[in-house]
Amino acid sequence: MTPPGTSAPLLQISGLTKRFGGFTALDNVSVDIRPGERFGLIGPNGSGKTTLINCISGAFRTEARTVVFRGEDITQLPAHVRTRRGIARSFQIPRPFKSMTVVENLMVALDFAVATDPLVSAAHRHETAMSILAGMGLASKADASATTLSQVELRKMELARAMATRPKLLISDEAMAGLSSSEVDEVLDLLMSLADQDITVIMIEHIMQAVMRFSQRVMCLDAGKIIAIGAPNEVMANQRVQEAYLGT
Amino acid sequence: MKRNGIFFWIGAAVFLIAIALMTKLITNEYPFFAGYVILQFIVLAVAWSILGGHAGYVNFGTSAFFGMGVYTAVFLFKVAGAPLLVQIVAAAGVGALMGFALGLLTLRMQGIFFSIATIALTIVIETSITNWRYVGGAAGIQLQRPPVTWPFSGYVQMLFFVQAVLVVLAVVVSRYIQNSWIGRGLQALRDDELAAECTGVPTLRLKVLACVVSGALMCAAGAPAAMYLQYADPSSAFNLNYSVSTLAMSLIGGTAHWAGPIVGAILLGTTQQLLTVTISSEVNVLVLGVMLVLFVVAAPEGLIGLLRRVRDKRREGKQ
Repeated sequence: MTPPGTSAPLLQISGLTKRFGGFTALDNVSVDIRPGERFGLIGPNGSGKTTLINCISGAFRTEARTVVFRGEDITQLPAHVRTRRGIARSFQIPRPFKSMTVVENLMVALDFAVATDPLVSAAHRHETAMSILAGMGLASKADASATTLSQVELRKMELARAMATRPKLLISDEAMAGLSSSEVDEVLDLLMSLADQDITVIMIEHIMQAVMRFSQRVMCLDAGKIIAIGAPNEVMANQRVQEAYLGT
Repeated sequence: MKRNGIFFWIGAAVFLIAIALMTKLITNEYPFFAGYVILQFIVLAVAWSILGGHAGYVNFGTSAFFGMGVYTAVFLFKVAGAPLLVQIVAAAGVGALMGFALGLLTLRMQGIFFSIATIALTIVIETSITNWRYVGGAAGIQLQRPPVTWPFSGYVQMLFFVQAVLVVLAVVVSRYIQNSWIGRGLQALRDDELAAECTGVPTLRLKVLACVVSGALMCAAGAPAAMYLQYADPSSAFNLNYSVSTLAMSLIGGTAHWAGPIVGAILLGTTQQLLTVTISSEVNVLVLGVMLVLFVVAAPEGLIGLLRRVRDKRREGKQ
């Protein structure tokens, strides 16, 4: 594995601006994410973190060449094509497919996101889904309805579903919000283990210990602008970051 | 799964043979008149639930599709004396085009807004037909049935058999969709459209596909109605009753399984026929409403949902 920084960026955001009417949610944001990087994204509420994720994953459209993934301009692609290209995400508020069981939730990803090989049978795909669930510690819940899961299980299922799309870039949008501290550690360990599998992870989080432990680099947004980017310690020590969080 | 498939095809064949035998053995025309209506509602309900059940897009425009089917047949018959088969195939084509347009609507409208747009669609089309003199305008148009072709002894018997074939076709399509990746994708987008899109489901393409298939089947089901009644007029061809009945049948039967709308259509269609004969055609609308309310309260997932719940309970009891 090449150390971060030496290879071409996996994701290039350049000059990204997103306006909703007169409100500028993202203002000229530029950042490169390197392959294999563990990237933390922080910022106070309303600073544009989720908007940025939506622009990357395709829920929002942006101007040409503002989002380049693996050297390709993806701004014109709908979200499902971006998923197939290798961008997966979880949602701030879990969005399971409620009428399905846990394993069926993953089967959606396997049916649609992964290039279909006619030789790969449904049984084989089911096996793949089960092994992903086992990796997440959800194997015992495979046949349970998605509505019966606890909060932490839902978070894990979202990550499992995202993983089933075989992503190169995984964006975790506050996967730890509302969890107990032991559950936070559980989910954090999971994300760490994914990053070890050569998957680049962007983590949005408000829980600072988690961000500090996880990230190789941290970026802080405030009112749609990047106010600090760099090593976690430096960003935390940054005067403007502290002001943004504590208010002045 | 394989064994299920064999049983299904045997069932479909037995059904068609039974229908064919009926047309030979029963001489009284009334059972065919009544049966035709029930078969027609099975096609409509099954077609409706492809979009309404699997994808969760509630379409109040069944009557728009049905009426267009009727008028496609009327137009082709008047213009060229087209045979029944051509009328049906052409109606399916028109329905597919209408479905395509409806599918594009879902790009901007979801949930209740989509449903309202489908009602508007019905009104727009009905108004256009009402003002089209060539197909009879508001006064309607009389049609003379052509002589019946072998092996049928009467035109109504033939229409009865044709509608039965459409039933089999609709059920085969609906069952295929439910069991394939299309069904899983539609189910995913019904649960959560954004999550589905972010899991790789091409939501727009699947919605358009569901609209096209559903629309084609509904229009095809309407086409033989022109010859069945030997008369067509806009206010009955585009009657809102088709929309309401179809929706009620699908929901009462349950949309979670392809068999649900069939059960609902047989149950409700038969009840309506009996009431029309024994009491009056007005009362059957009332009964429809009461049944819908009862089911929404007691079995919101329809008969199929009710059966599943009972089965699950029993299984839990055993364990």
